[in-house]
Amino acid sequence: MKVLIADDEPNILLSLEFLMKKEGYRVFIARDGKEAYDLIQQEMPDLLLLDIMMPGMDGYELCRFVKNTEGFRHMKVIFLSAKSKEADLKKGYEAGADLYLPKPFSTRELVAKVAEMSAQA
Amino acid sequence: MSNLTLLVSALLYLSLLFWIAYRAEQRSRQGRSLVNNPYIYALSLAVYCTAWTFYGSVGRATSEGIQFLAVYVGPTITAPLWWIVLRKTIRICKAQRITSIADFVSARYGKNRTLGVLVTVLSVMGIIPYISIQLKAVSGSVAVLSGEAGGQTGLRHDQSLLITLFLAVFTILFGARKLEATERHEGLVTAIAFESLVKLVAFLSVGAFVTFGLFNGPGEIFERASQLPELRERFTQGPGYSSGDWFWYCLLSAVAVLFLPRQFQVAVVENVNEAHLNKAMWLFPLYLFLINLFVLPLAFGGKLLLAAGVNADTYVLSLPLMAGQKGLVLLAYIGGFSAATSMIIVEATALSVMISNNVVMPLLVSLPGLQRWFGPGSSVFVINTRRLAIMVLLLLAYFYYREVADYFSLVSVGMISFAAVAQFAPAIIGGIYWKRGAQFGAITGLVAGMLIWFYTLIVPTLVPVGFLPASLMTEGPFGIWALRPQALFGLDSLSPISHAVFWSLFINTALYVWGSLHRAQSSLDHNQAVLFVDVFRYRSAVESSVVWKGKALVTDLRALLARFFGDDRSNRLIERYVRRNGLNVVQPYADPRLVTYTEKLLAGAIGTASARILVASVAKEEPISVEEVIRILKNSQELLAVNKELKRKSAELEQLTQQLSEANERLKRADQQKDDFLSTVTHEIRTPITSVRALSEILHDTPDMDLATRQHFLETIIKESERLTRLINQVLDLERIESGRHKLVREPVSLPEIIQDSVEAVAQLAAEKHIRLHYRPTDQPLTVEADRDRMQQVLINLLSNAIKFSPAETGEIAVRTELRNGHCLVSVADNGQGIDPAYQKLIFEKFYQAHDKAVRKPKGSGLGLAISKKIIELHHGNLTVESRPGQGSTFTFELPVAE
Repeated sequence: MKVLIADDEPNILLSLEFLMKKEGYRVFIARDGKEAYDLIQQEMPDLLLLDIMMPGMDGYELCRFVKNTEGFRHMKVIFLSAKSKEADLKKGYEAGADLYLPKPFSTRELVAKVAEMSAQA
Repeated sequence: MSNLTLLVSALLYLSLLFWIAYRAEQRSRQGRSLVNNPYIYALSLAVYCTAWTFYGSVGRATSEGIQFLAVYVGPTITAPLWWIVLRKTIRICKAQRITSIADFVSARYGKNRTLGVLVTVLSVMGIIPYISIQLKAVSGSVAVLSGEAGGQTGLRHDQSLLITLFLAVFTILFGARKLEATERHEGLVTAIAFESLVKLVAFLSVGAFVTFGLFNGPGEIFERASQLPELRERFTQGPGYSSGDWFWYCLLSAVAVLFLPRQFQVAVVENVNEAHLNKAMWLFPLYLFLINLFVLPLAFGGKLLLAAGVNADTYVLSLPLMAGQKGLVLLAYIGGFSAATSMIIVEATALSVMISNNVVMPLLVSLPGLQRWFGPGSSVFVINTRRLAIMVLLLLAYFYYREVADYFSLVSVGMISFAAVAQFAPAIIGGIYWKRGAQFGAITGLVAGMLIWFYTLIVPTLVPVGFLPASLMTEGPFGIWALRPQALFGLDSLSPISHAVFWSLFINTALYVWGSLHRAQSSLDHNQAVLFVDVFRYRSAVESSVVWKGKALVTDLRALLARFFGDDRSNRLIERYVRRNGLNVVQPYADPRLVTYTEKLLAGAIGTASARILVASVAKEEPISVEEVIRILKNSQELLAVNKELKRKSAELEQLTQQLSEANERLKRADQQKDDFLSTVTHEIRTPITSVRALSEILHDTPDMDLATRQHFLETIIKESERLTRLINQVLDLERIESGRHKLVREPVSLPEIIQDSVEAVAQLAAEKHIRLHYRPTDQPLTVEADRDRMQQVLINLLSNAIKFSPAETGEIAVRTELRNGHCLVSVADNGQGIDPAYQKLIFEKFYQAHDKAVRKPKGSGLGLAISKKIIELHHGNLTVESRPGQGSTFTFELPVAE
């Protein structure tokens, strides 16, 4: 399974990359929204781990793009965001996310959810 | 000058008046009234000066000497009294919606119809000859100028008729326009004020020309005139030296200037603002002075230069005519014309209102059969009555002029009119100062005065015309010696006018007093007396309070108003009144205040007496005692006071509420800001915690991790923890500074020293990126009162920002200092990427980066600049940035130099 990780915090990328690789997924890294957008089209990942507030293009936009575009719709989207209010979660799910985990998230939970999704895919 | 020229110039002049009046009405409709100023008001009062003044004064001076001045001295010396008498009259008329002098007398004495009729009749009788002499003056002037005195009278009469008709049309257009006579005729007043200017300018021009053009100044005229025996006699022992005549003339004119229908119209009904009286009280006498300035030079000049046969009443025209000054002649002609027309127009307007509101309407509305007949179109009927009255009045004046007026001089007819209106004085003056003054007294006094006036002044004029035998004058009626018209009871030492005024006013006043004391006042009579005499005491209370008890249906009142004002307007008027006074109109019977208001509205349209009759016809009334009236007025007065107090309190309360809601708003804003800040802080804290948690969990769950990775992860955890600590410290720091809990430790510190320390502190950081740091201390003693540690914090913040945003290897940073206007300037400049102008303000705000996702976040808390700015501000300084994208940024702060 191919996983794209997009976040503008290098240290978060560091941990997520390690986690996903450890589970045996192919990992692509994007440091901002634009980079993620390009990688989605080039690499056709199966799962996106997206931060919301990123320069260039934010997580909502990416998610909406994926969920509204023929050929991309199957991609699973998990938001990982410091925005943790009820309203933020609602907005994320409305944008089409399959899961929304507020930061700081539990790596174990994340790994479990990703495994579930990979099984469905 | 040809007849045609004169006629055309007269018509042109009237057209100009039309235009002025029309423009004034337009402006008034646009709310830019011309009339609302004391000068127009004072000029309109000068309608007092008619053709009698313009032509007659000179004639009078030649025949009677200095006495011509009496009728101007009277108003002049009594003008200061206007503040007392006229202001009160104005106030009463406004409060009671009184529209004419007849209405005033009628309203004061129990809204009595008879009095209204009496005053109107006497006015009409007294004024028609007065109007006719104006026509005579105009046609006389035409005769002089066309050089056909005496001949072709038919033509003269035709022209006069034409001008009369023209004046009637003008008066109808501008004087009988609106139903409510209380509404002002702004066009009319403006035209009249203009006419006053014209006649003054014309008279002064002729006077100045004769005095300085035909003679060498007044000195020469008087010198030469004193040689003429005829004039010498007249000016040393003529009637002008009879102090008795002087007294009566002054009294007569002082009264007439207030009570002539036209004067009452312009001074009271058309008054816009009582304060205008202040200026008019000296402007009007000044006008009188100016217009009399050249009377004597003209009179003497005429006697010296003109043939003996020339009528002295025409000297104003004949002198410039003789000198061949055509332009001046025309100006004089127009001046005399304006003097005559202004008088005719205003007088006819005032009389027409009297006739419609005090004679015709009361008569019609009191006939039970006719009342129902008055439909919704009644307002048109009232206005048409006025129009017809104007037409009839002017035609009557015209016929009087044709048949009778030739027998008398301008001034003698004028004085007869004065004597007529003087008969109103006892009833009016008594009416506004004496509460006991009663209907019965007013009627008897007025009737007696009228009869004596007629007998002593009018009857003698019928003798030379041939209506009555000459023996009446010499031997008395039926040979009764004591009843000779000009020497009643043997009093033959006075001139006819003085004689008439003495007897008529004496008996009028005596009967007024006797009649008032003799009979008890009716309750309405007494109520009105209180309202008139105490108008200042009750002021606005009079407007809103009620002196009425009874029952009337709201629908009846509404229907009554609708007859004259139409449905829409009536409903609007009632609604407005009801709303303003908070009346209950749901119940079928009207609030007494509404009844009173209805009556006042009607009074403004159709006169007090008619309004009374109409309202009485729909209302069941109970008599109300004067004690009740006074109690009601006092209550209203107290209510007003309480109301005022309540209003003040409510205003205070409103202000407090306002302040409270503002404070609340500020609190809400502060609260919102705090919320935002908190949410931003937690957001900012989540990021490093996420890393710490994730990495720790990984380390925990991955026991077989290679050492290098483990090491890397642990280092990252440490760094993120440090970041977290820094963030928390800064938040607390900022909070302490903002809340003012942080106390600065201020001492004189040397800026170069601090800069040096700070540069050393960041030197390592700069070296890592190979950035060059320039600072050369100057010799200037840059000492400021500051908290050393805080200053250093600011400098380190600015320097590390500069290092952060400067490119590695090529970066250069320069610190400079300067002394300017008692301030130390410190700037930190870099050659980094620069800051977009849009963000140059934002960067000083807390966490600005967090709010803008479009910008890549630099490393840092996002609080550094906010804290620095706050610190500088606490030192009474100022931190700013100058930057152009791509060319680096310069942060500068300035601090006041230590004393």
